[in-house]
Amino acid sequence: MSETGTETKGTEVKKDSDEKRVGVFVCECGVNIGGVVNTRAVADYIGTLPGVKVTSVNKFTCSDSGQADIQQKIKEHNLNRVVVAACSPKTHEPTFRACIEQMGLNQYFLEFVNIRDHCSWIHMWEKEKATEKAKDLIRMGVERAKLLEPLQASEVPVIDKALVVGAGVAGMQAALDLADMGFQVYLVEKEPSIGGRMARFDKVFPTNDCSICILGPKMVEVARNKNIKIMSYSEVKEVEGYVGNFNVKVEHKPRYLDIAKCTGCAKCSEACPVEVPYDFNEGFGTRKAIFVPFPQAVPLRAVLDKENCISCKACAKACERGAIDYDMKPTYSDINVGVIIGAVGFKTYDPEPKHDFGYGLYDNIITAMEFERLLNAAGPTGGHVVRPSDCKEPIRVGFVNCVGSRDKNTNIYCSGVCCMYTIKNAQLLKEKRPETDHTVMYIDIRTPFRGYEESYNRSRNLGVKFLRGRPVEVKEDPNTKNILVRVEDTLAGEIRNLEFDLLVLATGIVPHEGINQIQQLLKLSKAADGLLMEAHPKLRPVDTTIDGVFLAGVASGPKDIPYAVSQGSACASRATILLKNKKAITEGITAVANPDVCVGCGVCISMCPFQAIKMDEQAGKANVVKALCKGCGTCVTACPTGALEQSHFKNNQVLAQIKNVFKFQEVAV
Amino acid sequence: MNEQAPKTTEFEPNILAFCCNWCSYAGADLAGVSRFQYPPTVRILRVMCSSRVEPAFILKALKEGTDGVLIAGCHIGDCHYIDGNKNAEVRINNTKKALAKLGLDKRLRLEWISASEGLRFSEVIRDFTEEIKKLGQNPVKEVK
Repeated sequence: MSETGTETKGTEVKKDSDEKRVGVFVCECGVNIGGVVNTRAVADYIGTLPGVKVTSVNKFTCSDSGQADIQQKIKEHNLNRVVVAACSPKTHEPTFRACIEQMGLNQYFLEFVNIRDHCSWIHMWEKEKATEKAKDLIRMGVERAKLLEPLQASEVPVIDKALVVGAGVAGMQAALDLADMGFQVYLVEKEPSIGGRMARFDKVFPTNDCSICILGPKMVEVARNKNIKIMSYSEVKEVEGYVGNFNVKVEHKPRYLDIAKCTGCAKCSEACPVEVPYDFNEGFGTRKAIFVPFPQAVPLRAVLDKENCISCKACAKACERGAIDYDMKPTYSDINVGVIIGAVGFKTYDPEPKHDFGYGLYDNIITAMEFERLLNAAGPTGGHVVRPSDCKEPIRVGFVNCVGSRDKNTNIYCSGVCCMYTIKNAQLLKEKRPETDHTVMYIDIRTPFRGYEESYNRSRNLGVKFLRGRPVEVKEDPNTKNILVRVEDTLAGEIRNLEFDLLVLATGIVPHEGINQIQQLLKLSKAADGLLMEAHPKLRPVDTTIDGVFLAGVASGPKDIPYAVSQGSACASRATILLKNKKAITEGITAVANPDVCVGCGVCISMCPFQAIKMDEQAGKANVVKALCKGCGTCVTACPTGALEQSHFKNNQVLAQIKNVFKFQEVAV
Repeated sequence: MNEQAPKTTEFEPNILAFCCNWCSYAGADLAGVSRFQYPPTVRILRVMCSSRVEPAFILKALKEGTDGVLIAGCHIGDCHYIDGNKNAEVRINNTKKALAKLGLDKRLRLEWISASEGLRFSEVIRDFTEEIKKLGQNPVKEVK
């Protein structure tokens, strides 16, 4: 068999002995399994199966003593196959592979049977049936284990460069940390400026520091760092390859001006006659068709919005450096990296009138993000919070929490940040204009982490009122345009009718439109909230199921700023393991071609999604390139002659499971 | 079990489920973690991709007397191996056509279940169990 393009090493394959000696280790997982499945009865039954030399029941097989028991029994009984019946292989397969490898067994001689997630946890009230099922599952495992073959893990070289997708605060932190460790980083951002959502916030909780004042220097640091190449206004279009060697195609969208000539002086904007709603200010105020995204933008360069441009060429005349180029086309870069960090961000929930208290029908209901821009000194009103209907400064301000969160009709999850930013927003306005009156309508106030509860207390001391209840009816007074809210104060047990000059909706966190594209490009899974899924929610929170791909920030679930920044650093740290070692160990599970049976029909070549099968023209036989093969087995199923086999999932191994899954009742003839 | 006398209780189907490692197996894990109870009729066999399931595996299972075979993979577009599930779809549909001639096609089912769809996994098992109960036991068993 061919192993083009990879040096193989790892565990040395020892000669396998002919007699299969199986040890079966049944885990009770405390009471998780033991409380439902009669583990003793299971072990007794399994002990009667041919080839099983020893069975053992442990309270926690994954514990030190549990692993020691496995190792001791391997020695005592000269075992050459080990079956562990416990939790999910996703949790502990690597643990036990390492455990048996220490005893000189090939790590692929382990068979992992799931009798917790797939048995005891889902048949909690059917103990007998769960016990029978556990017997079936382990019997399947034993029969398969006897047929397992030794495999070698492969080693692939890792290119010591990284790609970070998304230049919000999490992505910037990841890029900075990697760059400071000496690795080259490509930082791709789809917007014309880096900075992400944090650049739009006014002040950030719980300390109420000015958001752009702490983010701005970081953005400049990113731009100044020699190891970071910022690719702004760019998007990842194609990703090929695997851990250590990803080939990525990045599209640079045309700005319609030469970024090298532009100085960001904004003379073009002054000359431009077109005004459109300013998206950076959540649609409040206007910007021109050619504009610098915001004053602290990095890179500080203009961008032409071709959709709204009327081609009057006023900007070209105004530009002293002749930077404008109306015929610019998208350009592309092909980059080669060893790891990819996805920090692709989120958007805030988009409220709609029917469900969300008439937002969009009544002028004086705004979202918290809109409030944030109004509150910002650099915002459309210079920091004066006004109500949209008459531009008057409101006195009575209502806040509604959990809009688009914790709601069966929209999203059931908690967005985690809305309580805190509402507390902060009320606080800021109260400090600016003490005559204002604030009422926060909430379901629960959630203030974990340092300084959060203190910030909540501070709001209360300032006089912000907290009312536990969700509005049941919201109307507009047609004359005053005030907002009339009917809400049950669930603590007092009373219905209240309240009148506000302005109502602010605390909208939650949802995935943005681009998430599907990035999910499919990187081959990631999505969680129930529609955001991307990590490899393990507790122990591998920034890894993904794809080797060499990591996730930071809100891309993998709602988070606040400190959490997102920590994840950026965590990703950099995880990625460095690969980048520094310059090598990665890949799974030994691949397709294997048998040249004696192969007739060179080439069906497999067309089936392979990774171009891992090459035709050896001279011999007229198919060859599997191990480094490219991901081990899905689709070619194996397609092969008409049976020349291809998937190691670890060979036909005889799977058929042994099928044959032994149920002990059918023999019908007497 | 062989030694036991035939049970007079309600027919409980034996279902074999081929689950892909990345989506459906993880979905079954999530059903467990979330404690979504479903009938103990199903045994899960892990494959790396739904496209690894050969028609011969399905036939073998039915021939052995399995009452129902479920193949579960990632949703189209989400396949860990780009489009293995599309290949699986073609193969399973063809196998279904062949099984129709034997009147066994309703005993084969293909479902897309993602890693986040623990609830859906339990619902699929519940639903398939009910369907197989209506069909009764695999007639191959009687022939045997």
